[in-house]
Amino acid sequence: MTLPDHARYTWGGDEFLLVEIAPDMSLEANFVSNSIAMGLEQRELPGIIDICPANASLLIRFDPDELAHTELERVVRELEADVRQVSGGVLETRIVEVPVWYDDPYTRETVERFREGYHQDPSGTDLDYAAAVNGLADAQEFIRRHHERPWLVSMVGFVAGLPFLFQLAPQEEQLEVPKYLSPRTDTPPLTVGIGGCFTAHYSVRGAGGYQMLGIAPAPIYDPEQRLTDFADFSVLFKTGDVVKYRPVDEAEYREIQAQVEAGTYRYKQAPVTFSLSEALADLEGHNRSLLEALDVA
Amino acid sequence: MSLEIITPGLATTVQDRGRFGYYRYGIPQGGSMDQYSSALANRLVGNTPDDAVLECTYLGPKLTTDAPAVIAVTGAPVDVLVNGEPAQQNARIELQAGDELSFGVIRGGTKFFIAVAGGIDVPVALGSRSTYPIGRIGGVEGRALAAGDALPVGEAREQTLPRLDRVPDDLLPSYEKQVEVRVMTGLYDHKLTEEGLRNLLGAEWTLTPVADRMGLRFDGPGAPWRDEPQPFGAGQDPSNITDAGYPVGSIQIPGGTQPIVLHYDAVSGGGYAQACTVISADMDLFARMSPGTRVRFVPVTMEQALEARAERRARLDRVWS
Repeated sequence: MTLPDHARYTWGGDEFLLVEIAPDMSLEANFVSNSIAMGLEQRELPGIIDICPANASLLIRFDPDELAHTELERVVRELEADVRQVSGGVLETRIVEVPVWYDDPYTRETVERFREGYHQDPSGTDLDYAAAVNGLADAQEFIRRHHERPWLVSMVGFVAGLPFLFQLAPQEEQLEVPKYLSPRTDTPPLTVGIGGCFTAHYSVRGAGGYQMLGIAPAPIYDPEQRLTDFADFSVLFKTGDVVKYRPVDEAEYREIQAQVEAGTYRYKQAPVTFSLSEALADLEGHNRSLLEALDVA
Repeated sequence: MSLEIITPGLATTVQDRGRFGYYRYGIPQGGSMDQYSSALANRLVGNTPDDAVLECTYLGPKLTTDAPAVIAVTGAPVDVLVNGEPAQQNARIELQAGDELSFGVIRGGTKFFIAVAGGIDVPVALGSRSTYPIGRIGGVEGRALAAGDALPVGEAREQTLPRLDRVPDDLLPSYEKQVEVRVMTGLYDHKLTEEGLRNLLGAEWTLTPVADRMGLRFDGPGAPWRDEPQPFGAGQDPSNITDAGYPVGSIQIPGGTQPIVLHYDAVSGGGYAQACTVISADMDLFARMSPGTRVRFVPVTMEQALEARAERRARLDRVWS
């Protein structure tokens, strides 16, 4: 692993422990964060209020009246050591197919409203800009690169149910774009955007600083829990989920929306095992096996 | 019974102690911004500390009741009016059916609280009645109150504590124009320059009008970040980090200019570095500040933070005994 030897432990006041696995993003750091989170969950320590695995770090909320901070730190350090001993663990998770209408009129209209004073290159669209800074021929090439490889949900947060996703690609082939110079005050709900090396999927309408790529027809946060995929919980994504974006055209976008409206839409999904060592040894092969699970779903 | 909203005020929401356990999904804790004051209001009307109250911002609502009700108003100093006649703040008030409750202009802070015997009985969503407008959950349809809303009120509880008619003066919070807020350094403070850390913890900062339940921005000399090579995935600005979880009460300084204190409805994570965190005992203070309030962030150790937490709890225990 290319990770620092030890995570950095630091307190967020008297109720939060932040464990930074590494300052920079990597599949390994995310895996360690998720594995510690799962280990901690299994321990069921009284006084733990929330375990929030993030991209390359982990935030734990605790009640210091019930759980001494020294005891919490001791347990997490123990878990960290355990996790690091298991070289290349596995994650029992699922792959979810997410339809996206790339280069759609809704985000395009929003792009137009936020140019001067917001964007690095007011002359073009977010997609043109994303393609240019990645040295790609055009927007279509960027779109292809965005959906050809799957993504891993590396963190859920910001607002209700918003996932951050990290592409399962070698670092030199990661798409990377700056965020807007100044955040927009408006983003259409279900916009798919990219900032830094992360895709974000805006669960609700609101502010946002990521470059906008397209829009999804089906909700990922459903507080009324109308759709079957939300029967257990109002948030679709969990950290560790694998996502495959599938480009759709306007006709299919409308068709899926109609199914959502009728309450019949289901996300296509399948259980998969994500193996860190396999992914690191042969990413393309591992990606293929993940995607095959969707073919039979 | 129910409370009928005639005019809603500026931003009146249903709040309780908050929603815990869903932070990992980006759903914030929410809850009254001044937990101490809303606890006092609940105590006066014979509720439990968990009951939901109305949190009012600057301009209160005008409301009426369809049955006799016991209410109390605590928090930011404000004239309380029943049928246009002055009534006492921080005291038990008995309303008759049809009585109209209204308010004057606040004289400090931003938030005051209305409790009613039995509590505001909107449905519990993910363990709390607190309103989270962005996620459209809690409160009344997940939003601030609107004219015409009828707020259901629960059954008044059997009393186990002696009746409290008025909050003793020494238990009332204060509303100063100069406030010390205790913080614990840490998180990403190593990314600040020496000058940045010195300014953050040494200078006086002024609360700007950009302040709400999500966050409060402060003006001052700035707190610059070290201009060093950025880690992969973080973003170019020295104030950027690889997106991480945000502790409640943490202070981020985007671009090294204005510190932002994240409060109970803040986003749960993101890509701006934070240099310290307000200790749990001092989170109430932000509901008691109006724009222009001058603040010093005073660093304390974990031990001192825990001591302050115990003191705050002891104070609340005095109210609940």
